[in-house]
Amino acid sequence: MRQLKLQLAAGIAALAPALCWAAGAIEGDVKRQPTNWHAVIMFFLFVALTLGVTYWAARRTKSAKDFYAAGGGITGFQNGLAIAGDYMSAASFLGISALVFDKGYDGLIYSMGFLVGWPIILFLVAERLRNLGKYTFADVASYRLGQMPVRSFAALSTLVVVSIYLIAQMVGAGKLIQLLFGMSYGSAVLLVGVLMVCYVLFGGMLATTWVQIIKAVLLLSGATFMAIMVLATVGFSPEVMFERAVAAHSKGVAIMAPGKADPIDSISLGLALMFGTAGLPHILMRFFTVADAKEARKSVFFATGFIGYFYILTFIIGFGAIMLVLNQPGMMETVTKGGKEVHQLVGGSNMAAIHLANAVGGDIFLGFISAVAFATILAVVAGLALSGASAVSHDLYASVIKHGHANETDEIRVSKITTVVLGVVAIVLGLVFEKQNIAFMVGLAFSIAASANFPVLFLSMFWRGLTTRGAVVGGLVGLLTAVVLIVLGPTVWVEVLKHEHAVFPYKNPAIFSMTLAFLVTWLVSVLDTSRQAAEEKAKFDAQYVRAMTGIGASGASKH
Amino acid sequence: MNEEMLQKIQSNPKYLELVHKKTGLGWTLAIVMLVIYYGYILVLAFDPSLLGKPLYDGATMTVGIPIGVGIILSAFVLTGIYVRRANREFDPLTQQIVEESK
Repeated sequence: MRQLKLQLAAGIAALAPALCWAAGAIEGDVKRQPTNWHAVIMFFLFVALTLGVTYWAARRTKSAKDFYAAGGGITGFQNGLAIAGDYMSAASFLGISALVFDKGYDGLIYSMGFLVGWPIILFLVAERLRNLGKYTFADVASYRLGQMPVRSFAALSTLVVVSIYLIAQMVGAGKLIQLLFGMSYGSAVLLVGVLMVCYVLFGGMLATTWVQIIKAVLLLSGATFMAIMVLATVGFSPEVMFERAVAAHSKGVAIMAPGKADPIDSISLGLALMFGTAGLPHILMRFFTVADAKEARKSVFFATGFIGYFYILTFIIGFGAIMLVLNQPGMMETVTKGGKEVHQLVGGSNMAAIHLANAVGGDIFLGFISAVAFATILAVVAGLALSGASAVSHDLYASVIKHGHANETDEIRVSKITTVVLGVVAIVLGLVFEKQNIAFMVGLAFSIAASANFPVLFLSMFWRGLTTRGAVVGGLVGLLTAVVLIVLGPTVWVEVLKHEHAVFPYKNPAIFSMTLAFLVTWLVSVLDTSRQAAEEKAKFDAQYVRAMTGIGASGASKH
Repeated sequence: MNEEMLQKIQSNPKYLELVHKKTGLGWTLAIVMLVIYYGYILVLAFDPSLLGKPLYDGATMTVGIPIGVGIILSAFVLTGIYVRRANREFDPLTQQIVEESK
């Protein structure tokens, strides 16, 4: 039994925190590399282009609707690219390739986990969200519930998710830039923070969206080129590619099959991935940038296509890296880790995709891929900052403090002040958390999104019986449980706090915290017999009709 | 939306048809996706060797590779089915309901 447990534990270590490994792609000790001029030049070209876009967007951004939702004028196709861009982070690109490079087949498992949440969002959430909301998901959750408490809760959990995610991205950016460009950690974090504030402050959602679109196109074309070059070396036969990869890899044929995993942890991870996506504030915000429910629907269709295509490519890239990079002269080095000599890729296995770029496209393409990897982080942090700023200005300031009577100019001013504050906070936290394990933060962000935001959002749309009390208490319980269980689990309790055994045995808390959030929300709502609760239930029909038909939804008319 | 308009829409047979078809399709496809994904996760958790078998005699490629790619494609196909039906059936129906409620 003990033997089995150990095996399972090893399996979990291999399979557990998809998001943790994703963040792990860019953590750990990083050696500063010599300045890579190709990459630096490409990166500055990207920055110049995106600042140009920001200038263009700034001239078009006047009203609150422009600032939060790009005036609602983004098409489904463009929004699909932007959503895909938000999803194809540097961690996802470098991380999946690295995981396939190390472990083979297990990489594909994560690709799928990331993807299958999208159809669910389309079938159940996207159109209703667009029909009911205006700028933030709190609009939807508070549609028929008490504005003050529900919006305060939503703003709180948005800010928690956004800050945790921001820290992970900032630390990741710092590490990545050290590796790729040869800059110092501090200047890297500062640069990311300043650019992020510029995009959001001046260009709002329009600039943020276009930065994301440009990056998505660059990343998709770069990855396509890499995959084609890999397949060209094997005469476009995947079988030959797998044969050569197996021959090159020390684990041999084992890389073609999945490793063992703990069922509870796997299922829990699946839940966090699937429903966390449907609760991420910066992703949900993208559904308000399109004209109507139909465009929202198209957005998800295109996003699923792009993300799926990209994940299939990373698989070719990962196996291609085993074939073309592993054991190649000049790409491997021997380093000392914990007193032992380890033979590894220059810069660590997270650099698999970067080295492959060099192998198939030389220095210039290496520079291109490095610049794209970094640009990816810029685009993602801009989206995060904007959703944090919206939570403060739209949900807290305009709706809670001013009771919905704020004037638009003031509301935008509050957003801009918040953006600057978030930028400063992100830079400071990025510096403070430099040595921290950022792995758990990304997992935490997804778990909180799945346990706090998703149940409230979902029940508000589908369950007549939801009351304000239920939503707030249940959401807070989900938020706290997710945080506490992650702290007591192996990722923090053992790896960060160095205790011997974890109090809570699983790395992924979602199966427990999400279930508990649903149960508490249900129970508190059912027990709530107040007059207000009765009124809220009575308003469900009107909400449902609007969610279904879009009658009264914003878009056609001014808000 | 006022009470009168709400009643009018809710008693419109076209609205009932829309709700019935749209929620039916949405939930059916969502359940199909969940079954595919969690079916795969359960195989992975309880019998991973099933996915590690060679695709054919002498192949390096395992059964798990096309299945994995298949799951990604199934997600795309399912969204495609939904979008197609929504564009062809639900949108015209919604349009009619909106017109009739005026």
